[in-house]
Amino acid sequence: MKFQKLLMAAVGAFALSSAALAQQPIKVGMSMPQTGSLGAGGKAALVALQMWVEDVNAKGGLLNRKVELIAYDDQTNPALTPAIYTKLLDIDKVDLLIAPYGTVPTAPIMPLVKQRDLLLMGNFSFQVNRTVKHDKWFNNSPWNDASSWSDGFILNAQKLGSKTIAFLAADQEFAQNLANGARELAKKAGLKTVYDQNYPPTTVDFSTMIRAIRSAKPDIVFVMSYPNDSVAIVRAVNEIGVGESVKMFGGGMVGLQFTPIMSTLGSMLNGIVNYNSYVPGMKYPGIEDFLSRYAKKAVEAKVDPLGFYLPPFNYAIGQMLEQAINATKSLDHKVLAAYLHKNEMKTIVGPIRYGPDGEWANPRVVQAQFRGIVDKDIEQFRQPGKQVVLSPDAYKTGDVMAPFEKVRK
Amino acid sequence: MIFSFELLLEAVVFGILLGCFYAAVSIGLSVSFGLLDVPHVAHPAIMVFGAYCTYLLGQYGFDPILAGIVLMPPFFLLGMGVYRFYYETFEKRGSDAGVRGIAFFFGLTLIIEVGLILVFGVDQRSAEAPYIGKALSLGEMRIPWRFIVSFGVALVLMTALTLYLSKTFTGRAIKAVAQDEGALRLMGADPVWIKQWAFGIATAVSALAGAMLIIVGPVEPSLDRVYIGRTFAVVVLAGLGSMTGTLAAGLILGISESIVLMHFGASWAPAVAFGLLLVVLGIRPQGLFGR
Repeated sequence: MKFQKLLMAAVGAFALSSAALAQQPIKVGMSMPQTGSLGAGGKAALVALQMWVEDVNAKGGLLNRKVELIAYDDQTNPALTPAIYTKLLDIDKVDLLIAPYGTVPTAPIMPLVKQRDLLLMGNFSFQVNRTVKHDKWFNNSPWNDASSWSDGFILNAQKLGSKTIAFLAADQEFAQNLANGARELAKKAGLKTVYDQNYPPTTVDFSTMIRAIRSAKPDIVFVMSYPNDSVAIVRAVNEIGVGESVKMFGGGMVGLQFTPIMSTLGSMLNGIVNYNSYVPGMKYPGIEDFLSRYAKKAVEAKVDPLGFYLPPFNYAIGQMLEQAINATKSLDHKVLAAYLHKNEMKTIVGPIRYGPDGEWANPRVVQAQFRGIVDKDIEQFRQPGKQVVLSPDAYKTGDVMAPFEKVRK
Repeated sequence: MIFSFELLLEAVVFGILLGCFYAAVSIGLSVSFGLLDVPHVAHPAIMVFGAYCTYLLGQYGFDPILAGIVLMPPFFLLGMGVYRFYYETFEKRGSDAGVRGIAFFFGLTLIIEVGLILVFGVDQRSAEAPYIGKALSLGEMRIPWRFIVSFGVALVLMTALTLYLSKTFTGRAIKAVAQDEGALRLMGADPVWIKQWAFGIATAVSALAGAMLIIVGPVEPSLDRVYIGRTFAVVVLAGLGSMTGTLAAGLILGISESIVLMHFGASWAPAVAFGLLLVVLGIRPQGLFGR
């Protein structure tokens, strides 16, 4: 009798623990820059990921388990990310990993995920897997190599008959990788470099550099900068001027995609040709619904109210994980990675197919020119035509206008 | 490398303007760290706080400089309060020795930074004024008005503070407390009160420096990290507590950065500026104007 009771208790306990296990959420872990120079973008991206978590949980979760997002602030400090990811894996025991937004915070965690052979969903980083060659890396950004980022800009420069180029680049991993790619493309295109400057991240003012660029009289100026620098550079250009020789200015300026910065700079943006991931007018299934829902959440979270640049691509990370887990019925990283390599993903930023390096097989970096921007009007940026798409050809809405100083007026 | 005398002249002019700006953002620290020997690492964070307050007043139509001046009295009181708290919890108990005093101000920095993030978010904030976004044209040379304005305000601030410290009774008492606290006590003055007053002045000056910060460029909560190295470098190069030295040190850093940046490469600019600091300290350990 006593034995029967014990047996029943053991069976009951086992059943309860199995049920409890089934009730445990699937933990998705990441660090995200929520302060520091990438903080503005990071917080907006986090809102989108939370939206995906809410959406997927409203549908019953994944594998009958709720999804929980664990995100720590890495302060845009690459020195912090390895420790954060170690904590996520060893203490929080997360099931899946998403990389922090940006190249600089992501690069230091690549050896860790490679060593532990883990699936890592990349988050708008650039070439962090080039040397690591991790086979379970899948980036959400619409570029792959350096040329995919800059070729639209260089191509349009060639159409304008440009012969010379100036480079201005932040002295950090992302900007330098991009700059090196652009330098190679420019060389192939026969453009002569007349000015090439790397600046330290703590640079306070860019007036002197813009003056030096004006003195060098380049045909085009390719800039690779981080958000705070981008604002300072655009302001300096507005005050000092880059000279009448310049046909095109911009290229790889991070920050000019964020609404608060676009709103702050207003008419100073006119004429700048810069990269983007999405601009209004590009048709992807589901993106408009996402953006209208995001706009409400963004107001509460005090983040980028339009959220064109990062949020849809972060939501897409969730969609890809969802698609892979539902199709394979597994959380095994090897199984999920195999699925992501083989299949086309359906997302709100269009279909994504991955190449062997975990980057997009068919990149879709937009080069768009700001036109007709007025001061103090956030709503204008929702309208198609304020950022005229120059490339890729499939989404082109106009031709580049030059010279730069004339278009700005 | 592009070289011409015209560009060199422009680099010097930009350097002077930048140097005066560096001096202006360092002068509060020159009082608190240079004169009072308080390891005030929260100085740049208080400036950023001042910049955000300037932004807030700007929403009600205040010009940034006027906003900075309006903010000086409340910041003066804030500074007095902060010092009193620091005195009661650290100095009085002798707990300020070594790095423990720095820990207090690092904590204050974090509180300010996180507080700003909670209230304003992480986005950049900027000010509007007729002199922001425009430049003075002198032939081929174009000088941004925002730097000219901050140059003017910096000079007025330096002069006012120098006169205050040398011509008024309280000013001389502040200098005295820096030299010999015990002797001041023997003269019947309360050194703690004098230090509290001086810290209030340093914080009030930081409010105006914060206004200059948002005039020169947009601000975000973690901007203090950009200025912490530069402000301490200026104060140490100046010779602790010297107002004239602060201006001279700011100019040296500004001009050297600007020339190197224009003619040799931006990456070298901080290295040359801080290399210069090491050379000067090697020759004069007490700094340029230190005694």
